[in-house]
Formats: sequence, structure tokens, C-alpha cells
Amino acid sequence: MLTAVIALAGLALLASFGLAMAARAFAVKVDPKVEEIEEALPGANCGACGLPGCSELARRIAEGKAGVDACPVGGEAVAHMVARIMGQEYEGGGARMVALVLCDGGDQVARKRFFYNGVYDCVSAALLFGGDKACLYGCLGLGTCAGICPFGAIDMLPSGLARVDPEKCTGCTKCVSACPKGIIKMVPAERTVHILCSSHDKGGKVRKYCQVGCIGCQRCVKEAPEGAIEMEDNLAVMRYEFEVPATVAEVCPMNTIHVSGAGASDRKTAAGGGE
Amino acid sequence: MARGTFAGGVHPAYNKELANRKAIEEMPVPQRLVVYFAQNLGAPPEPVIKKGDTVRKGQVIAEAKAFVSAPVHSPTSGTVKSIDVFPHPVGTDLPAAVIEPDGEDAWAEGCDVERNTDSLGPDEIKKLVQGGGLVGMGGATFPTHVKLSPPENKKINVLIVNGAECEPFLTADHRLMVERADEIIEGAALFARVLGVERIVVSIEKNKPDAIEAMRSRASGRKGFSVAAVDVLYPQGAEKQLIYSITRRKVPAGGLPMDVGVLVQNVGTCFAAFEAVRFGRPLIRRIVTVTGGGIAEPKNILARIGTSFEDIVEFCGGISGDTGKVISGGPMMGVAQYSLGAAVTKGTSGLVFLRRGEIPQFVSDPCIRCGKCVTACPMGLNPSALSIFTERMAFDEAEEFNVLDCIECGCCAYVCPSRRPLVHHFRRAKAEVRKKAKRTG
Repeated sequence: MLTAVIALAGLALLASFGLAMAARAFAVKVDPKVEEIEEALPGANCGACGLPGCSELARRIAEGKAGVDACPVGGEAVAHMVARIMGQEYEGGGARMVALVLCDGGDQVARKRFFYNGVYDCVSAALLFGGDKACLYGCLGLGTCAGICPFGAIDMLPSGLARVDPEKCTGCTKCVSACPKGIIKMVPAERTVHILCSSHDKGGKVRKYCQVGCIGCQRCVKEAPEGAIEMEDNLAVMRYEFEVPATVAEVCPMNTIHVSGAGASDRKTAAGGGE
Repeated sequence: MARGTFAGGVHPAYNKELANRKAIEEMPVPQRLVVYFAQNLGAPPEPVIKKGDTVRKGQVIAEAKAFVSAPVHSPTSGTVKSIDVFPHPVGTDLPAAVIEPDGEDAWAEGCDVERNTDSLGPDEIKKLVQGGGLVGMGGATFPTHVKLSPPENKKINVLIVNGAECEPFLTADHRLMVERADEIIEGAALFARVLGVERIVVSIEKNKPDAIEAMRSRASGRKGFSVAAVDVLYPQGAEKQLIYSITRRKVPAGGLPMDVGVLVQNVGTCFAAFEAVRFGRPLIRRIVTVTGGGIAEPKNILARIGTSFEDIVEFCGGISGDTGKVISGGPMMGVAQYSLGAAVTKGTSGLVFLRRGEIPQFVSDPCIRCGKCVTACPMGLNPSALSIFTERMAFDEAEEFNVLDCIECGCCAYVCPSRRPLVHHFRRAKAEVRKKAKRTG
């Protein structure tokens, strides 16, 4: 009995000594900052920074190869925390950006050209004549963007449109590159007036295809402050550097311009909103 | 698997009896022609006409600027009314010239002049083929002169004249072989001369005995020619499958027929080559099979490129009220059309009008891993795994599983008990893989 205890205790001592030596000899030196930074990052491993995951970004930031605000998802809050860990000052960048789907042509108001019965995915649908919508710039509504959003910020409305919830959106821009129609744009979260159309078709065509499309009448251009809305190939485009009054929405004959927090319930979420 | 043919494949209902005894009818030039500028695989040619121009039949209206490109010619004489975007039968909207015929149908200078082909050298023939805007007329529309220009180190020793026509419903190649066997053989002989090929095999599926007979009787006695009756198995007419059936050579993954010393030309392309080289007539018309339960009179028509589907419907007696689907090409590989405003291109082999009762409506279910698609795939791929990769957007894995080798023949989707839209998945995966390759350079 006693021999067994002594023998085991001896073995344990020997093994622990061996482990202690090994830990010292093969120690991997990790900058403690890396772990701290990783802790501070959102941890979604979304890839929005262009790196394989949050730990890789943490390593780069600790090495000084990436800025403290390199995580587009974390925004200012994370940037401040990371800056504190790195012992740097962070003055704060620009405005918080959120994604916005620039189409309001739901099934009730936008014409379809044919019945699509293929793979339930926008990119696949766009392979066939650019999708079933008559308007080639319209939201196909099969939810590719909603599926790819790592933060569950995109909802598919019953009308067959994708809508970004500006509260949940972290600005990772994954949906922007996933949309085969290229109609998701990044806009400052504090702006409330938006032109929800991407069609570069001429007015006559737009009227045929959709009841809420921009027909290029330019009334909003005249109503808005100089330079705030510009015409680009038959489409009124908002310049978000400018503040635009909500009255601009009232002059639009097609109801293409929306003010968040106003109008029908569907439209409440339609436009991006402020914080 | 039948001996003497490729592995995989399916036996769809052929439905060729609707049109296989209908002699080719020349369709009169319609009131309006819609001629797309992009009619070939590769770089689209650039338009050289503008609104208001008068054009002559056979005049170049779009010039090929790149090597893998083919010029487009005016199908008749008339005026360019407008240039606008039209639905293209392959599934995109593309610019086209609207030509209003003047009724004279007058050839441009230099066209429609008979020349003695015996004295023409390989380069001269190739130049005439290139200038005539020839593309593969089986449907893929790959510029013919590119196939005729293999690199120095690739010696071609077999020319396969493809008359398999394995697509259900279509009979355009069949009728051409029955009615224009001599011209096809002359055209094939021109291709053989360009490449110095001594063995020419005309391959026809066994379900076309009259075509086999016609080609045999014309080919007999001509040096190097033989006619092979191949098994009836879809996709026998696919290039790589036909090469294996005839020569037992396997085209490597990602390779071309020239890698195994073979050139394949469709019978329609051979006919077009004869017309272009012998008579100086560029490719401005082709045979289109108009068939299916939805059309009043199924026909094989010789139509000008640019003839709108609307005019074809009228020429064939109209469509029945319960027509539910119009497919450009055959039902296996063709593209469903949403508008009859599209027009015949160099690759339009047929128009199939299906009645509602003939179109199965279904929802697709998850893959049950039964493996039927793996057995059916003539390229030896694993469609089941590929479709699941695509659904999960794992395009790197799809590439690793050789999705780019998919020939989109549709055998896998045809046999799938879960009715999965497999080819559609692969078309997307291929697009994503190519996009990535372009991005990473």
C-alpha cells in the first residue's frame, strides 16, 4: 500500500517536472494584447475586414499591420476599446454606415415578365434573362442577401423585397457584394431621406414596369439643396454628404422618395433610420 | 451501358416523329428582322452600322475584333430601322439591329459568286470560313475558324461530322442530312483539307435510318469518308461523348477535342462551310425545327437569321391556347423563352412549343443521395455533391469536384427523383468559379 502511494507520488513529481520543463522549452510567445483585442472584437468571424476571422485581425492589429478601426462591424465602440488596449488615441472616424436596398418595387407594384420556377436564389435567377422582374434593376426578392447576412439584419418582406434593419446592420457590406443586381448601397445611418430606386431606364419604360420607380422628372433635384440630388443616367441619386429636408419626398410623383418613420407600416422599415 | 458508346447518359422520349418526315421549307423573309450582334461564344463582334443605314444581303453589320469572335452579316437587303435591346434566346437581353427588308433581297458585292474550290489552299478556305461568320451550329456557337486553327504541336487526324442530333424533338440536322447530303460531304471535305485530315467519320444515331442511308450512298467511294451508326443514347451528340464513341479517345478534363487529335463539326456547320466557300454566301440563314404539341403545323424551316419567333409561329399556323412553354433549342439543353419577341440566331436549332399538360410542375426536394445522377452523368461527375456544395455556396469545393467540366446536358436533373434543379445549380457554380478566377487573375 505505502509503496504504491510513494511510487505514484514519485511518478507524478517526475511527470510534472517534465511538463514544467516542456512548457518552458516549447512556449509559444503570444502577445497578451492579441487575446485582449480578440475579446473586444465582435467574434462573428464574418470576414468583412477581408481576413479569415477575428483572431487573425486581432493578430494584425497587435502587430500594427491593421488600424484600430479595421473592424467595419464593430464600429466606433470597438475601435475605442481596441485603441485603449493598444495604448493609442482614437479620434473617431466618419458616420456609421448601414446597408440600404434601393428598390421599393414589391410584387404589387412591379410587373413580372414570366413565372420563375428555378433555384430559390437571386444569383441563379439572374442567370435567366436577368430575373423575372420586368425592371432589370429591381430586387428579385429571393433572399440571397438575407441568407448571407451574418447578423440577421435583412428581412424579406411579404411583398418580395429585401429590407435592411438599420439597427442590426453593422455595415459589413457582405450583402452589397452578394446582390446580383448591385442595388444595395452603403448610406450614413443618420440620414432619413432616401430615393428607393436604381432604374436607369427612361421614364416611359419605368412607368410600364413599376408604379414606384424613378421616372427622372427631376422635381426632387429642384426641391433639394443644390447638389444634394443629382441625375445619373435617368435616375435621381442622393448625395449623402448633404442633409435633405423631408419635404423632398412630397414632390415625388411616383412616391419613390421615402422618409424613415413616416408613411405606411411597410415603409417604416423601408428607409434606413437614424439611431 | 451499351457497348460501343460512352458511360452514363439517359433515354428521354424522343418525340422526333412530329417533324422528321417534314421536308425543309424555306420561310419567306419577314417584314422585320432582329439581328443580334452577339451570336457566338467568345468576344461579341462590334457593330459597324447605325440607324438609317441601308444594307445589302451579306454585308457585314458587326465586325469581329478578337480572334475568338465571328462577324455578323445582314440577312437581307433593306434599312436599319433601329438598334435596341431584345431578349436573346440564350437567356439575356442583348442589343440587336432591326432591319426592314426592301423586298429585293439583293446580295452585296462579292457575295454569291461561285468559285472553283479545288484550287483553294488551307489558308484560303480558313479565311473564307472566318469571313463567312461561321460558328458551331449545333447550338454552342463556337467560332468555326478557331477550331480550324490548332496550335502547331496538336495534329488533328480524325474529323467527326456530327449528325447524332440526340436532343429530343429536333430534326433539323436529320432533314439536312436527308436532303443535302452532297453539300454536307463537300463542306466536310473542305474542313478536312484545311487540317490535312484523312479520316472523316459521319456519325448518326441509329434512329435516323434514312439519314444514314443518304449519307452512306453519297460518301461511298469518297476517299477517307465513312458513316458510323451510333447508339441512341442522350447526349450522344455532345462533342466529348461522340469522340469517345467513335475513337475511344478521352478528352482530358478541361481539355479540347484537339488535345486528342479530333475535330468535331456539326452537319449544319459543314453545310454552311460549303455555302460560304463555294458560293461566297455568309451564314445568314439556318434550319430551325419548329415542333411540339403546341404548334399547329410542325415544320423544319430554312429561316433567315433574325426571323422573330412571332413570325415563325405565324408561318407554322399559330399556337394552341394551352401552350405553356416555349423552348429555344431542345427540351434537354434549351432555354425557356418568356417572349416571342426573340429571334433566330446562328445557334437556334429548334423551337419547341409544349402544351401545359406536357410540362410537369413540381417542387424540388432535398437530395436523398440515391446516386442516380452519378450513374447518369456522361462526364463522370458527382452532381449530388456538386449541387449540395452550390447550395451551401462552397464554390471552392465545387471547383475541386470539377464543376467546370459539366456540359449542362441535363441528364442528372432528368433522372433525379427529388426533382432537383441540378443544372441550374451548376450554371451558377460555374459562373461563380469563373468570376473568382477573373478576380484572382
